[in-house]
Amino acid sequence: MQNSQEPNIERARRRLGDLLNPREPIPTGLYISLSIGSFAVLLVVWAALTYSKFIDPLFLPTPTRVFQAGLDLFLEFGFTTDILNSTYRVMLGFVIAAVIGVPLGLLMGTFKVAEALIEPIMGFIRYMPASAFIPLFILWVGIGDVEKVAIIFVGSFFQLVLMVAVVAKNVHQDMLETAYTLGAKRIQVIWKVLLPASLPGILDTLRIIVGWAWTYIVVAELVASSSGIGYMIISAQRMLRTGSIIFGILTIGVLGLVTDYSFKWLHQKLFPWVE
Amino acid sequence: MDEAAKLHIQQISKVYRGDGHEVIAIDGIDLRIRNREFATILGPSGCGKSTLLRIAAGLAKPTQGLVRLDGQTISGPGQDRGMVFQSYTLFPWLTVKENIQFGLGLSGTDRVQQEQIAQEFVEKVGLKGFERVYPKALSGGMKQRVAIARALANNPAILLLDEPFGALDAQTRSLMQELLTQVWEELHITILFVTHDVEEAIFLSDRVFVMTARPGRIKAEIDVPLERPRRYEMKSSETFRHLKKRALDLIREEAIKATQYKDGE
Repeated sequence: MQNSQEPNIERARRRLGDLLNPREPIPTGLYISLSIGSFAVLLVVWAALTYSKFIDPLFLPTPTRVFQAGLDLFLEFGFTTDILNSTYRVMLGFVIAAVIGVPLGLLMGTFKVAEALIEPIMGFIRYMPASAFIPLFILWVGIGDVEKVAIIFVGSFFQLVLMVAVVAKNVHQDMLETAYTLGAKRIQVIWKVLLPASLPGILDTLRIIVGWAWTYIVVAELVASSSGIGYMIISAQRMLRTGSIIFGILTIGVLGLVTDYSFKWLHQKLFPWVE
Repeated sequence: MDEAAKLHIQQISKVYRGDGHEVIAIDGIDLRIRNREFATILGPSGCGKSTLLRIAAGLAKPTQGLVRLDGQTISGPGQDRGMVFQSYTLFPWLTVKENIQFGLGLSGTDRVQQEQIAQEFVEKVGLKGFERVYPKALSGGMKQRVAIARALANNPAILLLDEPFGALDAQTRSLMQELLTQVWEELHITILFVTHDVEEAIFLSDRVFVMTARPGRIKAEIDVPLERPRRYEMKSSETFRHLKKRALDLIREEAIKATQYKDGE
């Protein structure tokens, strides 16, 4: 009896040890369970703290209350319009930043002349916090959509240019030289090698930048606004509706996550050749 | 004596300048590569042999001297000199066949002909069945086979290879050497090969040029009278062992000098 049990314990110990090997792959099932588990733990802690009345509901309402607040938001306060407004602003600001920023970044990563011209300015402006531009933009263009879109643009454009430049710079020199020895002219090396080689990195950059754009929208809408998720959050604060604030924050989290996964999916569809 | 050389590397020197001191990488090398010959430059690491090949490819400019191909002075990289690098340089977004077709597409060869030529070279390097595969699914040896096929598909006047098997394991390396000799024996194209591996140099070549440690000069020229086609069994023949010993002695002196040079720096 003891003899047959011993190897089992041994095996279990060995298996547990394997999980702690640096970078050791783990079974998919276990991976998913652990990921869901971390969310569950968060929910359990939240529930324990609130249902037990350990924390004043004014500061942190129960999960049920937050869910109820969300339902009210959709049914009575037109939250769908807020979401659409915010999404529109984020996407417009992000797309404008990408349309101008990607070519500029590629130029910067390809030609030293462009790098010398653009990099110092970008490096300088990117350290200026986008939120500090809010008063200036209100002064310039008022408090409408244009101002919100401008904030998103400032928050994402300068980082985007620098990151795309790095992507272009990282294309292996040997690959460009091979193209030359195969008879490619300069313009062909750029169009047929540098550009396709950079595309997956560019899409990754866009994925990261759009996440930042989502965080800037709230800042933009907290100040002088009449619609959007940020506006809903600041109004809820005035009414002490903590549940709505939390629901608003969660909504942005979910929207960000959905955008992120869409980009990842797109990446797999467009670039099946990436190692 | 001055039988027209296919590739004439004419009194090439390369000097790197930086922070007030100069490093002479290559010091007046003169080489004549004959038409349809398999020539190898053998040298210790850091002797400037890759730089010499890059100059022949037109990817680097010599400080002095010039390179002529069929009598024409070269001024930059071009389709007439195919090049294979040690690092894997396949375009990962193109399939095996598309990679091989790349050069043909640039020169505006018509589509049908492109396909035919690419298919022919896919088969020459033994990759039939892998035409539509992306490079990520290939082993190191297969990647280098595609790189060789891609360079050959352009029908270059000379093929330049810069330690193409340097990153491969010993067994794959040996198989690739055999494959390259087969392809060469079949196409009979001029090849200039660069390596630091003595056995590889002798097994592949008609002539081996041994280089000195920095500054790089040609120290000796070894003719390899082994018969063709080459077979791996030849590596244990008396002639092969004799040649290998001679080349090893030469290169060993240089390798020792190279380490002393570094220590003295």
